[in-house]
Amino acid sequence: MKKKIVFKEKYISYLIIVVMFAAAVVMIRTGTASRKLQSWLVPICINIILAVSLNLTVGFLGELTLGHAGFMSVGAYAGCIFSQAVQNVMPAAVRFPLAILVGGLSAALFSVIIGVPVLRLKGDYLAIVTLAFGEIVKSIIINLNITGGAAGLRGTPQDSNYIWAFALTLVTVVVITNLTESGQGRAIKAIRDNRIAAEASGIDVTYYRLMAFVIAAFFAGVAGVLYGHNYSITSAGTFDYNKSIEILVLVVLGGLGSIRGSIIAATLLYILPEVLRDLQDYRMIIYSVVLILIMIINSSEQFSSVKELLDIRKAFRKLFSEKQKGEALNDQE
Amino acid sequence: MDFLSTLISGLSLGSIYALIALGYTMVYGIAKMLNFAHGDIIMVAAFTVYVFATVLKLPAAATIPLAVLFCMLLGVTIERIAYKPLRKAPPLSVLITAIGVSYFLQNLALLIFGSNQKSFPKIINIPALKLGQLTIKGESIATLSVSIVIMLALTLFISRSKMGKAMRAVSEDKEAAELMGINVNQTISVTFAIGSALAVAAGVFYGATYNFIGPYTGSMPGIKAFVAAVFGGIGSIPGAMLGGILLGVIENLSKAYISTELSDAIVFAVLIIILYVKPTGLLGRKTNEKV
Amino acid sequence: MKKFIAVLLVCLLSVSVFGCGGGSGKGDDDAAVIKIGGIGPLTGDYATYGVSVKNGAQIAVDEINEAGGVNGFKFELLFEDDQADPEKAVNAYAKLIDDGMNVSLGCVTSGACVAVTEEIKKDGLLMLTPSGSQLECTQYDNCFRVCFQDPDQGKYSADFIKEKAVGTKVAIIYDKSNPYSVGIYDSFIAEAEAVGLEVVTAQAFTDQSNTDFSVQLQAVKGSGADLLFLPIYAQEAAYILTQADAIDLDVIFFGVDGMDGILEKIGEDNIALTEGVMLLTPFAADSQDEKVVNFVTKYKAAYNMTPDQFAADGYDAIYIIKAAIEQAGITEIGDGFNEALVAAMVQITVDGVTGSMQWTADGEPAKNATAVVIKDGVYVAFE
Repeated sequence: MKKKIVFKEKYISYLIIVVMFAAAVVMIRTGTASRKLQSWLVPICINIILAVSLNLTVGFLGELTLGHAGFMSVGAYAGCIFSQAVQNVMPAAVRFPLAILVGGLSAALFSVIIGVPVLRLKGDYLAIVTLAFGEIVKSIIINLNITGGAAGLRGTPQDSNYIWAFALTLVTVVVITNLTESGQGRAIKAIRDNRIAAEASGIDVTYYRLMAFVIAAFFAGVAGVLYGHNYSITSAGTFDYNKSIEILVLVVLGGLGSIRGSIIAATLLYILPEVLRDLQDYRMIIYSVVLILIMIINSSEQFSSVKELLDIRKAFRKLFSEKQKGEALNDQE
Repeated sequence: MDFLSTLISGLSLGSIYALIALGYTMVYGIAKMLNFAHGDIIMVAAFTVYVFATVLKLPAAATIPLAVLFCMLLGVTIERIAYKPLRKAPPLSVLITAIGVSYFLQNLALLIFGSNQKSFPKIINIPALKLGQLTIKGESIATLSVSIVIMLALTLFISRSKMGKAMRAVSEDKEAAELMGINVNQTISVTFAIGSALAVAAGVFYGATYNFIGPYTGSMPGIKAFVAAVFGGIGSIPGAMLGGILLGVIENLSKAYISTELSDAIVFAVLIIILYVKPTGLLGRKTNEKV
Repeated sequence: MKKFIAVLLVCLLSVSVFGCGGGSGKGDDDAAVIKIGGIGPLTGDYATYGVSVKNGAQIAVDEINEAGGVNGFKFELLFEDDQADPEKAVNAYAKLIDDGMNVSLGCVTSGACVAVTEEIKKDGLLMLTPSGSQLECTQYDNCFRVCFQDPDQGKYSADFIKEKAVGTKVAIIYDKSNPYSVGIYDSFIAEAEAVGLEVVTAQAFTDQSNTDFSVQLQAVKGSGADLLFLPIYAQEAAYILTQADAIDLDVIFFGVDGMDGILEKIGEDNIALTEGVMLLTPFAADSQDEKVVNFVTKYKAAYNMTPDQFAADGYDAIYIIKAAIEQAGITEIGDGFNEALVAAMVQITVDGVTGSMQWTADGEPAKNATAVVIKDGVYVAFE
């Protein structure tokens, strides 16, 4: 029963992205896409990649990290510097995929360097250390010459477009959903639900935690490369802790451990403040109120009867209550 | 001499962080939630004082009690509306709600007071202490002493008073506390009221020290104080004090002797090293894992 | 999940209703309106700059419309928030294009402006940024600016200090995380070396710690400097002035155009601290110039505060666009509108509140900065 649900869940995620892509192609080809809509496409994909990859650490591994923007910036700068260096040597079609790899691998490398010492921490301590890491990266970027310092890195070829963006989003979602269903994914979830029990059953906790952390960082780096090649300037200020928190909001709103939820939350939450522009001064206030309301409505008990109408919800509730039980146990110590 | 004056300015900066961190750690220790909006409550507190003292021209003696009252009400209201419905939700949901509250307060202040920073009224007038070439600002002495007093008072309150014991019980186990006849909701409300009263103290001393307040005044000190609270061991009241002071001193010493540009990176690097050596912060409680 | 979507959809729906309500009102005489689109931070840490530009530009738009418009056109100002972020700026720009923008004011902040120039290049619109001072803000042919470019200001300042012997030992405090500040700092250092001006210490800060300057000021005090150069914005300068007073730092404070607005920012209680502060600025709110007096009076009446450099740049930008339309003799919006405007930009001379300006094909304004010194809370020309 449960397997079947997971199976369905995975294909719904793919379908959402393919449908979004198809809609974008149709609208752009027929000329019905407004400029505003076109300018949202790549950032929405970036948002989805960030949210889905962070979900791997926060949702599936169960560790709160606040440094996702830090990995994104490492990827962005590495990819952009690479593209600038080979700008005259390679055509865009060769250069961009290589830049994606360079960016993703650099972010992954950084996550190994930072992950080995910090992953012994847990909970809020891990959160604050990852936040600190992100701020250190930002500080260093501002002080280096190769990154353009405070003025930002300019002159990166604008290689990314919505086709690349959707392709990479699909790759991210396919890789992460399949990972979470594999043996490794089960090991990661087992660590989340009960670390000690997982350890006792022979799971190499340190290895799997690092694995989830590194894969998430890799995709954050990929998102960074997309970002860096979408705008003609990359400045360090973009990747501060606020950005990490924004990504975390997407993951929590979409539901911990729900890839589909992350995709939908990343899309809608990107569009929301943009659509609210007509409200002028009240825009950000309304945005914050909506954020609070969604959290309350999503978690409050009065609305649970509606949720139970859906089978998938039930499965998730089960997953959640198991998690809460696990946490309650931890709290009692 | 230079070293001494750097140390003193570090202490002064650190005592502001400590004052904010006390509020963070208090709420975290009892309600087990990271109140990300704490920094912004400090901003609201500072603006409340500004409105009472500068706009309504009330005397300082009336301003502060009124501001404390207002902010306690605000804190309890926020808790009731935004956090209480999430009592049983995963802690991360509460964190996101707190972030929402933080955005809300910032943008509300932006709408009401505009983007320009305002001069904070001079309601604390303490002459500077001059020792030879060394100048210690009156506000710094006041901030440091007040944060020490608050730390001691909080520690006593939590360990001795009946309410404090109830708070500790709620912190240990909400359900068991309820079974023992403790009103959990009321206890958490009181925690928020105290946290907000502390925010007024932080807001007043922040304003007095730096003279200007704006809608985003609370966010950077808030995040640094959060770091300080974790540094000292989150949930521990003396830890918050120690963490705040150390953070300020390290920040200023690295500015003076290593690099003004990289001081933030250095502070964060020290934090990482300390947590690596002592994973629960300087004075944090070590918990043993059990199945 | 379903609930979450439902809530969001309801919100989006209500918003689009709001949006339509606003949109239907302005369809009356569309043909005769030139839509000028501005982008800048209206929320976030840098909100004060965006709000100033928006307010200043709005005053100019209202004045021009009251006086009957230009060549039969009325102006309409559209202004979008970007929180000083390149990504949001590009989104805001796309929305403005959808809303039918005819002329762009680029962005208020440099980083966002550079990102938008890439889009501007594709669309061919005239872009005139009021305050994007970074070199690349005008990298394409259709991009112009009202303010000085960063390197110029640093050079002017160093030359001025050396020539007038304002100070001999210079200390600097600058914002390492702000391209404006770093740009001026770099060119100041280079020019100081070229003209033989001694820089005794350079202290930096970042946007993560821009309220506590005790260490930097202590270092300045210890360096024996007699002049402190502050290529930073007025708000940080206000912090520095109050904190320098607390440690009895005795130097001449010398700022650039970003420091304009210091009298307003520092507040009435601390106004005495600005005594003797010098700044190099093309705009002085206390000038007796007729245009400036008119602008400042109207601005104060409308927004209850004194306009700063950013507001003045926004105000001038609108009048520059007016001058370009007149010069090009444009009477209808059609083919060749953009090209004619861009071509007119290098032919006009505009006498604005930030001085008299002409443009090179690079998009740079040629205008003079005047040094003022603050006496009794008033700007006085430096002799």
